[in-house]
Amino acid sequence: MSSIPEHPWLMVIGLLVGGVAFGFAPLALAWLWARFFSPQKPGAEKNATYECGLESKGDAWIQFGASYYIYAIVFLVFDVEAIFLLPFAVAFTGLPAGACIAMLVFLLLLVEGLIWACQKGVLTWA
Amino acid sequence: MEQNLKELKIELSKNGIFTTTLEELYNWGRKNSVWPLTFGLACCAIEMIATTMARYDLARFGAEVFRPSPRQADLIIVSGTVTKKMAPQVVRLYNQMPEPKYVIAMGACAISGGPFRDGYNVLKGIDRYIPVDVHIPGCPPRPEALIHAFMTLQKKIEEQSLSGADRPRHLDADLPSEFPVPSFGEHGLEPPNNPDVFFNEPGNPLKVIQ
Repeated sequence: MSSIPEHPWLMVIGLLVGGVAFGFAPLALAWLWARFFSPQKPGAEKNATYECGLESKGDAWIQFGASYYIYAIVFLVFDVEAIFLLPFAVAFTGLPAGACIAMLVFLLLLVEGLIWACQKGVLTWA
Repeated sequence: MEQNLKELKIELSKNGIFTTTLEELYNWGRKNSVWPLTFGLACCAIEMIATTMARYDLARFGAEVFRPSPRQADLIIVSGTVTKKMAPQVVRLYNQMPEPKYVIAMGACAISGGPFRDGYNVLKGIDRYIPVDVHIPGCPPRPEALIHAFMTLQKKIEEQSLSGADRPRHLDADLPSEFPVPSFGEHGLEPPNNPDVFFNEPGNPLKVIQ
């Protein structure tokens, strides 16, 4: 044992600093190499947005139609509900009352969504 | 001077002392990590894919990491027929690759238009617009041919000197980083070729042919 009283966290701090340095040293070296040695030849086309070789049209920051949320909700009602219904039906006889009620609440929430969608006229095709 | 250095190196290696130069080390690293662009145009692309798989194993040459973005690619393998519709995209992709960058024209179509040369919409060789380092004939070339082309490219990279008049493009600040992208005119692509990279005068054959 050494006679110098060591702080109990000294080892951890040392390892932390070493670990961070180990992570950042290659990044720093790569940055330094790119900064001082890499042959840089920028150009308008080279710096342009990559669109698989095509010229990009317009800005990427555009608004998407919010009306697609309706498909997300209907997908949740039919698809996700079906996924949970199958194990529910298989394990139904062995379920305790609490689990059964929880599942019924889940079903109720989604059925509520279905009624809402039905009233909104989403489910009618014409 | 250079000859003397080479002799000195041989002399030292005879006595069991291994020496190298920065240039050799740099080129050794470069030639063994040429990352191609994931870019297939036609049937040659199938052979290119086969080359990367286990049977032919392009990974032996450090080139298995096909990059899905030109930003990380060193090599574009023009594998197949370049239509006039596609040519601007090929040139633009080449422009977006960082230096140093290399081009392999794979197959008869990429070299000259191949069997579709007389087609109204077929470019008669990609070397009309971008400087090609290695041409591979064949329709399509077998994977061995692509590997041979790759080894030829590696040899070329290895022999590039980093200084002097014949230094590679990326070390010459005066050379442009981009090549003009052709556009559609009334009679096909305009301009029909890039005179800086494509010329064929008597006594002065295509400078890009290996």
